[in-house]
Amino acid sequence: MHIPDGYLGPATCGVFYAVMLPIWTAASKIVKKTLKARQVPMLAIGAAFSFVIMMFNVPIPGGSTGHAVGGVLVAILLGPWAACISITVALVVQALLFGDGGITAIGANCFNMAFVLPFVGYYVYRAVSCKASEDSGRKIFAAGVAGYIGINVAAFLAGFEFGLQPLLHHTASGQALYCPYGLNAAVPAMVGEHILIFGWVEAIVTALVVKYLQKHSPDLLLMRQINQDDLSH
Amino acid sequence: MKITTKFLIGLAILIVLSPLGLLLPEHFMAGSAWGEWGMDEMQKLVGYIPQGLERLSNIWSAPFPDYAFKGWEEKGLLHFSFAYIMSAIIGIAIVVILALLIGRMLSRKGE
Repeated sequence: MHIPDGYLGPATCGVFYAVMLPIWTAASKIVKKTLKARQVPMLAIGAAFSFVIMMFNVPIPGGSTGHAVGGVLVAILLGPWAACISITVALVVQALLFGDGGITAIGANCFNMAFVLPFVGYYVYRAVSCKASEDSGRKIFAAGVAGYIGINVAAFLAGFEFGLQPLLHHTASGQALYCPYGLNAAVPAMVGEHILIFGWVEAIVTALVVKYLQKHSPDLLLMRQINQDDLSH
Repeated sequence: MKITTKFLIGLAILIVLSPLGLLLPEHFMAGSAWGEWGMDEMQKLVGYIPQGLERLSNIWSAPFPDYAFKGWEEKGLLHFSFAYIMSAIIGIAIVVILALLIGRMLSRKGE
């Protein structure tokens, strides 16, 4: 889902940088109000986890590859705004050091994977868990559903951004200037892969870690509620 | 054991296992991720290389492209796996330092 340089035209790249700037600003302000010094290591661990989980490319035999993002888990543990910062750090390092995702597409990639993915995942998790107790199986199920839906919405957006390019930019003869595949190809490809395969990887990773934490460190799963209380004071 | 320690052990395990993300796609003959093709693949897929794509694709030269070492392109899977693990270590180290710096700037002291 890391859009490389050259697949999005300058207009799309610019728009997504412009959209992400206020989101990053808001994330900094909100995290500043809620993040406690003792939670800082978790911010770093979340970023590191997201970074390394994205290196686990899962093959579709004879086809393409994809991977989980781990961002929904980070959102469940730290809240969506802190997750936005964690995943942004991971994506920027991936782009600059490893050429994974383009530098012109950092805005778009962060919008998909560091903003929409953790926010959708976080609110699906809250909606599905409802008032279930912290140690319930329902929370594990909610985490899985949240991971699955979060990454699929992000994949849809990436497909949409790819697919918009032939409409926006083409030569007089009709050749594409950037991504050559339109919405009718890009959206089904991106969404299809994630619905069938990569979405399940995100779901399983998210659910398993929540299950593990329920048993070994239930206080981490409560952290968000502590933050929520802080906000309302 | 503190949960932070457990997470760090988890991260270390993921780093060691990371070459699976390289070897499994290789084994199952899976190509690039959708929309992340190189120029040769693009030529094969659509019969031409879009002009803007060609122009922008080299705008940035990453020091460890695709989690590999430059000049090691002809080496075998063992070398690639080693470079992959080293990339994971370097990447995580930098990600952690950046996140800690940002976290220190943003967090409330003494809590």
